[in-house]
Amino acid sequence: MAAADVATLHNGSEGPRTRWKYLDRILDRPGPFTDPESFVPGNHETLEIAKVLVIGAGGLGCEVLKNLALSGFKDIHVIDMDTIDVSNLNRQFLFRAADVGKYKAEVAAAFVEKRVKGVKITPYCGKIQDKDEAYYKQFALIVCGLDSIEARRWINSMLVGMVDGNDPDSMKPLIDGGTEGFKGQAKVIFPTMTSCIECQLDMHAPRAAVPLCTLATIPRQPQHCIEWAHIIAWEEERKEMTLDTDDPEHITWLFQKALKRAKEFNIPGVTYSMTQGVVKNIIPAIASTNAIVAASCCNEAFKILTNANPFLGFPETDGYMMYTGDESVYTYTFEYKKKEDCPVCGEDALARPLQIDPEATLQEFVDSLAERPEAQLKTPSIRTTEKSLYIQSAADYERMTRPNLEKKMKDLTAEGEEMLISDKAFPMMFKFVVVWKK
Amino acid sequence: MADLPPPVQGPTAKEKKYDRQLRLWGATGQIALENSHILLINSGPGVVGLETLKNLVLPGAGNFTIQDSALVDEADLGVNFFLEEEHLGGFRAEHTCNLLKELNPDVQGHFISEPVESWLAQPDALEPYTLIIVTAPIRPGLLTKLAAHADQALVPLFYIHSVGFYSHFSIHLPPAFPIVDTHPSPETTTDLRLLKPWPELLAYAEEKTEGLESMAADDHGHIPYVAILLHYLEVWKKDNNGQVPQNYKDKTAFRDLVKAATRTDTPEGGEENFEEAVSAVLKSLNPPEPSSTVKEIFKSPECVIIRENSPPFWVIAHAIGLFYTKYGVLPVPGAVPDMKARSADYIQLQNVYKSKARKDLAEVLESVRFLERNANLSTHIEEKDVEAFCKNAAHIKLVRGRPFHIVPAEGDLKFGTNAKSLAQKLTFPDALVPIYIAFLAWDKYTATHTLDDLARASKTPGSSDADVDSDTGKVTSIALKLVDSLVKEASYTIDEEEYDTVRAQIAELARELVRAGGGELHNIAALTGGMVSQEVIKVITEQYVPVDNTCVFDGVRSKSSVFKV
Ligand SMILES: [Zn+2]
Repeated sequence: MAAADVATLHNGSEGPRTRWKYLDRILDRPGPFTDPESFVPGNHETLEIAKVLVIGAGGLGCEVLKNLALSGFKDIHVIDMDTIDVSNLNRQFLFRAADVGKYKAEVAAAFVEKRVKGVKITPYCGKIQDKDEAYYKQFALIVCGLDSIEARRWINSMLVGMVDGNDPDSMKPLIDGGTEGFKGQAKVIFPTMTSCIECQLDMHAPRAAVPLCTLATIPRQPQHCIEWAHIIAWEEERKEMTLDTDDPEHITWLFQKALKRAKEFNIPGVTYSMTQGVVKNIIPAIASTNAIVAASCCNEAFKILTNANPFLGFPETDGYMMYTGDESVYTYTFEYKKKEDCPVCGEDALARPLQIDPEATLQEFVDSLAERPEAQLKTPSIRTTEKSLYIQSAADYERMTRPNLEKKMKDLTAEGEEMLISDKAFPMMFKFVVVWKK
Repeated sequence: MADLPPPVQGPTAKEKKYDRQLRLWGATGQIALENSHILLINSGPGVVGLETLKNLVLPGAGNFTIQDSALVDEADLGVNFFLEEEHLGGFRAEHTCNLLKELNPDVQGHFISEPVESWLAQPDALEPYTLIIVTAPIRPGLLTKLAAHADQALVPLFYIHSVGFYSHFSIHLPPAFPIVDTHPSPETTTDLRLLKPWPELLAYAEEKTEGLESMAADDHGHIPYVAILLHYLEVWKKDNNGQVPQNYKDKTAFRDLVKAATRTDTPEGGEENFEEAVSAVLKSLNPPEPSSTVKEIFKSPECVIIRENSPPFWVIAHAIGLFYTKYGVLPVPGAVPDMKARSADYIQLQNVYKSKARKDLAEVLESVRFLERNANLSTHIEEKDVEAFCKNAAHIKLVRGRPFHIVPAEGDLKFGTNAKSLAQKLTFPDALVPIYIAFLAWDKYTATHTLDDLARASKTPGSSDADVDSDTGKVTSIALKLVDSLVKEASYTIDEEEYDTVRAQIAELARELVRAGGGELHNIAALTGGMVSQEVIKVITEQYVPVDNTCVFDGVRSKSSVFKV
């Protein structure tokens, strides 16, 4: 206890901010690295009135809500569509066994509100795509702890699209975190000013898929047998049933199928746990790494709003911290350069060259778009300046353009032609120039 | 389907709950975690220690104990998540323990609210604990006592600072802390022994490449690349006096040879297996020489002489050392990466590697059994441990734990064996050694300043507004003295201009530390608690590689640095 407090205790008068004693030392005293132009000593209001949005109430989200509440934020909103699963309990510390099945956003909000007096947390149990520009516009900044790259890309393009050059308040900083095992990353994005999620897409390159013919004819790994059961056997034998990867009966069926196939080919190593991992694309996750990444995100959020110290993401400075804890501790903090031809935030959204095999069919090209690091589009619609090649956004168009899937690319487009690709998952258009692969 | 295998036992409730972490450290790591008893000696605002424990209670560390004699005050509620209003005035150890216990019913929590001085004075006070975490501030005499216990009982000791935007932790591990299961990244573990093939592997390659030129297209396109490379190595050797490719120039020439053998009259205009072979040339055609780290382990005194109380690690290391002396290579690990091939050919290749690995293991195991008898070893070494060691022999690690710095209240700190490397790092912009020095100065200040009315409680710099400037001056001058003595002890010459920069930097860091007045920012405490808990898990499970031995985090620039002290 510090001397000053001993005095107030003795007087019997506790000031309204006694609770925030440690925080206030940082808010009241300028430091050697604070920018005197932007830091106002004694300013406690900014944090109290700032509305912040937390996307995701899972491993990162639980930590983020706790951290923001204990950093002096008072008006927090949280979005998550998921319900609580028993496998969340090893790290999502706002949930108990009795909460399994309830909405994450609701349980997390109620828990933090009860624990930290004076903070208001407004949950929304649904998708980020349910909300529009007017909704996102009310926030001072957004902290994002998601495990899906699609959702990240969606909110990123939404925030970039909201920026209005004449209205400084339209630019909402996006602070994004992610983890995998002992590794993670935290980054700050100032839409249109710094690189965005789309610029950084190659950092999230998808794992190369195993060719279908390997699964169908020459499996070698236990994973090949599981993927076979998942992609081929289910379609053949249980077509009428929608696969629910959370249903233990379904996983057991896939496991047994995979095991049987593995036996036929003498492949060892298929287990229930591996089946679950492959089918659900499970990423290992622990409390420790979530704590590191979430706290780093919240530290940046706190610095951005209070100017108590320089923050990441200021243009031309570091904006991205990578953390690796497998072997000792290693962090790499750097500036991810904005891509001039980024389809979301690029200045003039120049068409980017796209290598295409002229002999490939449109179907093969469509499939390849899901895997290409620079595109990662799962339900693309493709147009050239001349015509629509394949449109998935509406059923009628899909039927009309489906015959094109059989045709070769060289018969549908030409080298140097501009190609526009959109995807219903993202509110934007990708512009490419066709380059024939030699 | 008529002949599906019988229904399986799904995962247990525990496996379901811990699924995401079992994929990292497995059942053996989990058992180690469950057998641990972690002691936290808490002080200051006490957040970083509890945030560390939170991340250990959640994954199921068996037991924890919090020693903390503080009473809950209003300021705790603004920074500590594991306290509520109704706890005001109560013992912080008790209430934080109870709220942490709520996180996981599998975990036993205990607390001690007796003052640390009198509690530590009891004999055997530390006996139950398998790992100790201490947070600053703590009196140097007590820290010295804990370090002595760590030395004598071989119990890992962690010392943490979290002050404002900065944090630090040091780890005192036992003098020999070996790790077998280091979880190396998969790209680094492929070890195909193409330059040291054994007869069965050569026979396999010959069989799969027989009649290569006249082979049907589909067969040609499915030869496993290992066989392709071994085949062309024989071709190369014929033209090069029986020598394998020796240097980079040879290897690129060899690569061209393999590339030229690719058939291009296929629908794809090439062959995937040949592509794999070509891209594997540079990384696979290296002599399977163990790293210097591994060779050093073979030379360690604990490895050279096996006694009746030698831990299993050293006995197995000795046996593998014998294997290496005899053959010039480590045992074959036995894993084969996936490659374009027909199922049966691939499984056959896998079996060639597996049987060689089993043969090598049998030989190592025989040496282990011999050593056990010869040295009259008290413990029986399990075969699965020898197997795990053989599989990862190229990636084993040995951390030489040692005490960290404890700044004495009286007299000067000796920086010791790592003084030189610390002094050199003073001027590295990303080494963050100046922050470490500022923390040492912060410790010296708290060790030598007490609150007037509570004579025993230490005072942290900057805890009252009126003293910020004078405390900054004091901490700065202590820090500058420390830098001078470090440079002097290391006999390190530093350019005068650079020295001035370091001094100016230290003064700034001291000011930033004093600004916090010994207070914690919840974010920095949570982040540091995350880092420390990762390290605790690595140490308890003896998996992955822990920090050796000091880590600093800079929350102003969002950077960290690890160095030895
Ligand atoms: Zn961009």
